[in-house]
Amino acid sequence: MAEILKMFVALIEILKLPVIDKSNGSNFSSVSSVAVFSSAIFVVTLILIRLLYVIYCNSRPLSKRASKPVSTLIILGSGGHTAEMLNLLAVLQKDRFEPRFYIAGATDNMSLQKAQLLEISLIAENATRVPNTAQFMKIYRSREVGQSYITSVWTTLIAMVHALWLMIKIRPEVILCNGPGTCIPLCAIAFIFKVLGIRWSSIFYVESIARVRRLSLSGLLLYKLRMADQLYVQWPQLQHQYPRAIYVGRLM
Amino acid sequence: MGNDEKTKRVVFVTVGTTCFDALVKSVNSDSVKQALFEKGYTHLLIQMGRGSYLPTKSEGDDGLLAVDYFTFSSSIADHLRSASLVISHAGSGSIFETLRLGKPLIVVVNEDLMDNHQSELAEELADRKHLYCASPQTLHQTIGDMNLSSLLPYTPGDATPVAKHINRFLGFPDD
Repeated sequence: MAEILKMFVALIEILKLPVIDKSNGSNFSSVSSVAVFSSAIFVVTLILIRLLYVIYCNSRPLSKRASKPVSTLIILGSGGHTAEMLNLLAVLQKDRFEPRFYIAGATDNMSLQKAQLLEISLIAENATRVPNTAQFMKIYRSREVGQSYITSVWTTLIAMVHALWLMIKIRPEVILCNGPGTCIPLCAIAFIFKVLGIRWSSIFYVESIARVRRLSLSGLLLYKLRMADQLYVQWPQLQHQYPRAIYVGRLM
Repeated sequence: MGNDEKTKRVVFVTVGTTCFDALVKSVNSDSVKQALFEKGYTHLLIQMGRGSYLPTKSEGDDGLLAVDYFTFSSSIADHLRSASLVISHAGSGSIFETLRLGKPLIVVVNEDLMDNHQSELAEELADRKHLYCASPQTLHQTIGDMNLSSLLPYTPGDATPVAKHINRFLGFPDD
């Protein structure tokens, strides 16, 4: 970490030189440009320090004991991913993880229905308690199977804006996800919110049981970029290969 | 008819929501049908999904298997339950649904898929003797060589360790 900072300071020195040369003319505009430039450097430095701090804090358990329920965003992947997530939800203490927000891909018709069934059964179980109503949302996907790469530039943009809008509305304290790609924009925005201090959310990613030898692309991104606070794998081989992952056994 | 029902042994083939003509073609081939017949199966029911290859229907009058097919059904679970053997694509949904019902299973891996991570799961479960793994080309051999009594029952997984980790991370007390 110290090395990165050193490199950064060196970079500032290099960038400063031409500006100082120009200011020999000592006219007002170049002085103000120096001011703008150095304040920009200052802001960038602050953001970088904050970024390093967030990466440092990620994957460390929260220091304060949780006393009240946490708002939870559950990202449903489709098919087998959704089935695994529902298995996890079945054993999670629902009174700790509420209110719950479910997000599924716009073309995935089954996942939200299944989540709704689960929530309805919960209401039936706790007839005495006033339940916190769950919310169900759909998100545009950046790229559907078979879509051309040219049009997917545009659709990715729309998907990112939509994800941002949803995250501003929800601002969850906990994010549960297990792939595939649908969760990446949401997790990226959650990470940016952390860096900017808008909301500190803990991101938990469970790699699919179908991944035995290699992480999926989503899992790999969250692992390498240290965006997930905890990344769980369901096969011991995977844990050997990715030591920061946590082996939890099979969910299915 | 009652006697027929008793000796009816159905092989259920499922491709899920995918298009997997190579598997449908393979189970429709004489070599696979012959191998199944020799193992004592009487009926072949194929769920062919989005594929375009149509298998040949048969009443089983020719002394071989009776063959029937359909594209999709909301009662896949019922078909799985009434089957004596399941031949499935490598999707995790189909695999675990079949294993949980305790049915003997042959998973056929679709080699035409680009990013074929699905074979990882099938091969791992085959190594652990929960199922057999084949390709469309080797299916008839797998059926001929299989010994269903050597398969081990699958114990369903448990999500409580994940829940425990999440709770601990967030600072919730252990139950």
